[in-house]
Amino acid sequence: MSSVYALLFILATLVLVLGLARKIVQYAKTPAPLKIPTTPAPVTRSGVVMRLFREVVLFESLFKSTKWTWVFSWMFHMGLFLVLARHVRYFIDPVWLPIELIQPFGKYAAFAMIAGLAGLLIRRIFVDRIRYISSPSDYLWLLLLIVIGMSGATMTFVIHTDVVAVKQFFTGFWTLSGGNLPMDPILLVHLTLVAVLMLLLPFSKLLHIPGVFFSPTRNQVDNPREKRHLVEWARKLED
Amino acid sequence: MAGAEFKTPELSEFIEVPKLVEGTMEHITCFVAKPDHQEALGFPGEKVENWKEVAIDKMGDLLSRHRSFQVFMDACVKCGACTDKCHYFLGTQDPKNMPVGRQDLLRKVYRRYFTFAGKYFPKLVGAADLTEEIIDDWYSYFHQCSQCRRCSVFCPYGIDTAEISMAAREILDTIGVGQKYCNEIIGKVHKIGNNLGLPGPAIENTLEGLEEDVYEETEVAVKYPLDVKGADILLVTPSADFFAEPHVDGLIGYGKVFHEAGVSWTLSTTASEAGNFGMFIGSYENMRRVSLRIRQAALELGVKRIVFGECGHAWRIAYSFLNTLAGPFDFLDPDYPVPQHICEYTLNEIEKGTLELDKSENDEMSITFHDSCNVARASRMGDKPGGQFEIPRKVIKAVVNNYHDMEWDTIHERTYCCGGGGGILTDDLMEVRVKGAKPRMSAFKNVMEEKGVTHLAAICAICKSQFTKVFPYYGMDMFQIVSVHQLVSNAIVMNRKTPPEEAPGYGEDDDEE
Repeated sequence: MSSVYALLFILATLVLVLGLARKIVQYAKTPAPLKIPTTPAPVTRSGVVMRLFREVVLFESLFKSTKWTWVFSWMFHMGLFLVLARHVRYFIDPVWLPIELIQPFGKYAAFAMIAGLAGLLIRRIFVDRIRYISSPSDYLWLLLLIVIGMSGATMTFVIHTDVVAVKQFFTGFWTLSGGNLPMDPILLVHLTLVAVLMLLLPFSKLLHIPGVFFSPTRNQVDNPREKRHLVEWARKLED
Repeated sequence: MAGAEFKTPELSEFIEVPKLVEGTMEHITCFVAKPDHQEALGFPGEKVENWKEVAIDKMGDLLSRHRSFQVFMDACVKCGACTDKCHYFLGTQDPKNMPVGRQDLLRKVYRRYFTFAGKYFPKLVGAADLTEEIIDDWYSYFHQCSQCRRCSVFCPYGIDTAEISMAAREILDTIGVGQKYCNEIIGKVHKIGNNLGLPGPAIENTLEGLEEDVYEETEVAVKYPLDVKGADILLVTPSADFFAEPHVDGLIGYGKVFHEAGVSWTLSTTASEAGNFGMFIGSYENMRRVSLRIRQAALELGVKRIVFGECGHAWRIAYSFLNTLAGPFDFLDPDYPVPQHICEYTLNEIEKGTLELDKSENDEMSITFHDSCNVARASRMGDKPGGQFEIPRKVIKAVVNNYHDMEWDTIHERTYCCGGGGGILTDDLMEVRVKGAKPRMSAFKNVMEEKGVTHLAAICAICKSQFTKVFPYYGMDMFQIVSVHQLVSNAIVMNRKTPPEEAPGYGEDDDEE
């Protein structure tokens, strides 16, 4: 059974990495023929880096838009970030200092993550505008993440699993030395759903993760009068 | 369709987010372009037999040539941040007028034909086959978008529905189902040089008339020159400035500013249009062709600078795209940005002290300023971000005593569209225009009631025409819309007197009229 999970995670990692790489290459290679930053926009490259930083870390545009969505989604994303950072300890030995330091926050961040997701789900069900634009997959993503979060939090706070064995499994996985996964049902649900998430991410709306960095309305410098912007297919029209 | 009955929305004190009512605007359909309108732009004259394949191929082509389109199709998470941001949704309650609702009309087809999930699990991800009904929806709802970009301000990924509606319109054009209003106009520019199809002699005539009017009013011979070789400045302005009210009062103002600044300037028959509807239909090729007329005029006339008159989408193309489409402009004076906005020019003259201004000339008015979408969210003035908000306001405040802004969440980057931009300014879309104007009308009405504002100033030909038409629907007077340079024109004191022989009609026998 452990080897089934080992194979599953090898496959999921490959699909995630290659699938994302394929989309990133596609985004990078597709030309942006015109300057279309949403203005007011930064007039320097470093200004754009700051704009993207605010967008990715603080969700600036969403904050301008609706406070409730911002609260829930920021709780979810920042919670997830801390939880993921804490999970690094299951893959490396010895554990890096920063990962040691966030351990207590990373544990409780699970609650922020689950609460944020629950808020987003409630909104999706009860606000008529959001309900109208939702497909089954939109609900399923939220449910998937909620179950991942709840199963993880259950193992952290209620029914502990043998984390030492889990760590052996994944670090062994790293060095191809094997190791046995504890056959706890909660752990297996948790890991299965994480693998599903990794497998589906490159084919889903979760492409907003690379997408935000490639969005021309956010990543372009506002300098069209100073610098001529011309892509290859447009240059050909000039011949 | 044109002439259909509809109810003008009631204005409320706050701009409320309405309940959804499906299908309130699905009856909307604007006139389809005739074969000769289509063919003049390089599109098929009528709907092609194999429209489905052609449409999907075109979508693939656009996805591969426009990063914005590709990323925007993928990145939406349906968070709903945009759902209450579109003036057409707020005015119509139709969910397909929510930005994401509009985008999804295209996205569901993208998912079906271009994504793994949509190919194999269409129901799960809301993907759909391209059908006749979807084409009809595209034609209806992508002509209920003014490409104002308000949604893109609030989207966490910067998804801009304008880009998507441009792509949709280009796909529609490619299968032979173009919009008459835009395509006929673009044809006129290609053929004659401006949106209105005014030939050179008509423009000349109009400008002579303006010279006479201004002379009568000021006894100063202000020139409105046309095709003057060797002039310093080429002024490119929307053709509506040549005759429509209040646009023409703005043109009078530009001339007075140039006169007092003592520069030589000229208009051009070749480039007698600042507007460029090529953008509205998403056609890079047509937009480029229209823009090249300006380059050609600048070269032929040997000018040193290019200045654009008051026009919103024209300023987006001028500021953001002109260098790309028709550059490089290395033959112009490198000391000035190419191009400049007339407000940048005028403010610079005001700050230099060239102009004497008497604000009291505008005292019978109390002004507020309408930030036009394309100026606010798709361009800049001056050298700092946000100059597009400050500079026109500084110009206005230099020429009026009474000025009040509308509510903060209805101006600057959050400005509401007039309701007529992006190729919607046609009588067959009057219902869309009136309902889409609702949020702007509410904000204007509030500032009228709370601050005693009487007039709305704008720097966009489309906004001016739109407000002239929709004000009466909301119980306002069509003359409440003014050009910014109309206010400048009122206040400017004409100190550079001219010799009598420069007066219009001097030496002619029949100058009595």
